[in-house]
Amino acid sequence: MDILDAKLLVGRKLLNTKVDTAFSADLLSDVLAYARPGSVLLTGLTNPQVVRTASVLDIAAIVIVRGKIPPAETLRLAEELEIPIMATHYILFESSGRLYRHGIVGCIQKVGADEIVAL
Amino acid sequence: MQYENSYPVKGGDFKEAGKVAVLIKMALKKMGIAPEILRRAAIAAYESEVNIISYARMGTIRLQVRDDHIRIDVEDEGPGIEDIELAMRPGYSTATELIRELGFGAGMGLVNIKSCSDEFDITSEVNQGTKLRILFHIPETG
Repeated sequence: MDILDAKLLVGRKLLNTKVDTAFSADLLSDVLAYARPGSVLLTGLTNPQVVRTASVLDIAAIVIVRGKIPPAETLRLAEELEIPIMATHYILFESSGRLYRHGIVGCIQKVGADEIVAL
Repeated sequence: MQYENSYPVKGGDFKEAGKVAVLIKMALKKMGIAPEILRRAAIAAYESEVNIISYARMGTIRLQVRDDHIRIDVEDEGPGIEDIELAMRPGYSTATELIRELGFGAGMGLVNIKSCSDEFDITSEVNQGTKLRILFHIPETG
């Protein structure tokens, strides 16, 4: 939390797990497809669907980036589903980089093995 | 083990998206289903739920659990899918701005459901609706 200068919004009691992987995205479709259980989810989305997605995937904690404060219903749901949420003013790239520098790596590295062909 | 439950989903009800998936996950957890399997089932349920909300008038997600499998049947009343092959292509999407605002509509839904499942069937009739049959095997534990 210090790494991101983040404020814990939900889950004071839940925050004991050690985490060593993360996934960053603003697209829940991609989170559902690629995030792995036990990872931290970094996102700029603040709707309740983020919490439901995290719950379904057994995400360890949600970090809301870019200084956004999630609406009350999102926090309520996180409380209910026991998903810790913290908020940081850092942008997604900066937040990811800071975590990476402290040994947290991507929960997956790549998607697909095919070469990307420019159109 | 014999468990069955049916969850109605209303088209256009974006605020509620994910609710049924969380309920299904909790139900499976209570039954002691292995985390790896129940996670895949919950992901498939979430994607199906978002699809109904995004495109159909209404639909139902039916959960069936037996000793050796979990089965999720999704049935909706809606526009149907004209070209299923195209709809199954990663990245292909007809999502509206509203859906994208929520963080969905990346054209990965059906693809993700298929890759999560052990067996997957889709049938659709234009102007009537779409049906999914999604199966997850539960291996015997010795």
